[in-house]
Amino acid sequence: MKVHEYQGKQLLQSYGVATPRGRVCFTVDEAVDAAEEIGGDLWVVKAQIHAGGRGKGGGVRLARSLDEGRRHAGDILGMTLVTHQTGPEGKVVKRLLVEAGADIEREFYVGMVVDRSAQRVVVMASSEGGTEIEEVAAKTPEKIHKAAVDPVAGLTKEQAMDLVAKIGLPEAVLERGAEFLRGLYRVYWETDASLAEINPLILTADQQVLALDAKFNFDDNALFRQPQVHELRDLDEEDANEIEASKYGLSYIALDGNIGCLVNGAGLAMATMDIIKLYGAEPANFLDVGGGATTEQVTEAFVIMMRNPNLKAILVNIFGGIMRCDVIAEGLVNAAKEVHLSVPLVVRLEGTNVDKGREIIAQSGIEITSATTMADAAEKVVAAAGG
Amino acid sequence: MAILIDKNSRVVTQGITGKTGEFHTKYCVEYACGKECFVAGVTPGKGGQQVEGIPVFDTVKEAQAQTGANVSVIYVPPRFAAAAIDEAVEAGMEVVICITEGVPVKDMILTRYKMRGNPTILVGPNCPGVITPEEIKIGIMPGYIHKKGPIGVVSRSGTLTYEVVDQLTQLGLGQSTCIGIGGDPVNGLKHLDVMRLFNDDAHTEGVVMVGEIGGSDEEECAAWVKQHMRKPVVGFIAGVTAPPGKRMGHAGAIISGGKGTAVEKIAALEDAGIRVTRNPADIGTLMKQALK
Repeated sequence: MKVHEYQGKQLLQSYGVATPRGRVCFTVDEAVDAAEEIGGDLWVVKAQIHAGGRGKGGGVRLARSLDEGRRHAGDILGMTLVTHQTGPEGKVVKRLLVEAGADIEREFYVGMVVDRSAQRVVVMASSEGGTEIEEVAAKTPEKIHKAAVDPVAGLTKEQAMDLVAKIGLPEAVLERGAEFLRGLYRVYWETDASLAEINPLILTADQQVLALDAKFNFDDNALFRQPQVHELRDLDEEDANEIEASKYGLSYIALDGNIGCLVNGAGLAMATMDIIKLYGAEPANFLDVGGGATTEQVTEAFVIMMRNPNLKAILVNIFGGIMRCDVIAEGLVNAAKEVHLSVPLVVRLEGTNVDKGREIIAQSGIEITSATTMADAAEKVVAAAGG
Repeated sequence: MAILIDKNSRVVTQGITGKTGEFHTKYCVEYACGKECFVAGVTPGKGGQQVEGIPVFDTVKEAQAQTGANVSVIYVPPRFAAAAIDEAVEAGMEVVICITEGVPVKDMILTRYKMRGNPTILVGPNCPGVITPEEIKIGIMPGYIHKKGPIGVVSRSGTLTYEVVDQLTQLGLGQSTCIGIGGDPVNGLKHLDVMRLFNDDAHTEGVVMVGEIGGSDEEECAAWVKQHMRKPVVGFIAGVTAPPGKRMGHAGAIISGGKGTAVEKIAALEDAGIRVTRNPADIGTLMKQALK
């Protein structure tokens, strides 16, 4: 799960990690109020959407007066912000963060993520703040310093001091920088985060160490024990179909093609998409019905797929193990009866209770093209979609 | 011969009284030597009951003491799964297979930390399990598609593994052991660990490895294969068409040195002399050719 920058900063503050003073605003008047309350003579008005690259898209602006702040807030609120992470359709801005402007002396990068090989959280730090970290990794990988964290001891003072020294924080603020890192790690660990990035981490002219930006992702599997994180979910930032799918325990991602896929298991779902492409067409979606799909779930999967105006055919590829083919077959039949299926349906069933499943489909009286192998299924569905 | 499990394994099923545990235990018991192999179940507070004729105990230790179980399979709900692994490890199980999907990553980091230096082998979580055809099936895979033979199968996926096994069997290629290592970021056996075991197994003549986008496990395995593998290996990587925007955030890609896409993985496998197909329907055929 992703959260907004301002929410990430609130989490940081609750752990004593320093950020600029700021407030979230939903209207232009609120934004002006916030700027007055924060005081000073420089503010930053920042669009709050779940995507990076906001600055380049015009979603982050400096204001040197309250009037300018009002103008920026008016421009950004309601704008459709297009960045390299939003896709060409962009995202409508509904929330702003108004912050005190900072007198930046230097910019750094710090990030945390689970390293699959080390099976630990790894802290990364770099002197190259403000730029995309992928770019740093590609051009100057020696400028990224890493430390794996012992899960029982946590990020030690020695590790944190070593990292901040390596990225070139001045001697006088090393302790402060190390405390910042350790605080960030505590947030990461105690909230079940899966990614934390502070880019940039800044050193101000008056030698403060502040998080100028904050990006957090959280482990969906741990949300049950993180109610304060779960509360931060902003459904406006997520795809409506994906949300609806997730309510039914389905994993759905819309794609650009015209062949709908309904598959059990993420690996087989990806392989099914791959083989559709190999046979000359493009998948319209990724859809994993998971382990224990019910008739209701399969029906819902059809409903969601059928909303896609580009859909030309549907391929159901089920290899039953944990999921029985008779359950899938019942779901298919009920769904096909409930939803008006306006496109050809190709079904390939294999696995536990496959005979029962095929029988249910054969006796349903619904027009379904049966396939035996994956290649057979791909060929038939591509042909059904008109090549 | 086989790896990890065979007809001499004695299995305790943790979470045997749950809906999933009970459903799959039935099929495991019915498969080949299952009746002799599945000797105990564990659900705290339900000791003394029976499931499919198998005695249920309160703890793994008790089950081990009473039945001599040396392998555990876990179906308990995600929030209790890591603790179930810990219990099995403490009770001295040789192999622990965790089927449960949705275990928090933090729980797995702590569990793997506690397992340091411990001889217990963990498979999973979030995996279909392990099967040595015509001897023993531990997990949720459909048993009837398997056949005894010389091919080892290792995969991060569940259902895609069944697809591969089915192709092999249809072509007359049986399997020594098939292992689903699971798709979670922090887990037990990796591709590389399983590849070593197959390399040393006298009855395995070739290996199919099935990978997915994300992480760098496949690349690490490929590097090892290039140096040490004495048997033909066939590979498939799922996710060539997966949208790049949906992969893990920046930092994940950095850690693994920019690795993780299907194209990069395929290149790494091919560089190691592994025969890779881009058509998932051709994996079996390619293995057959590789054996010649």
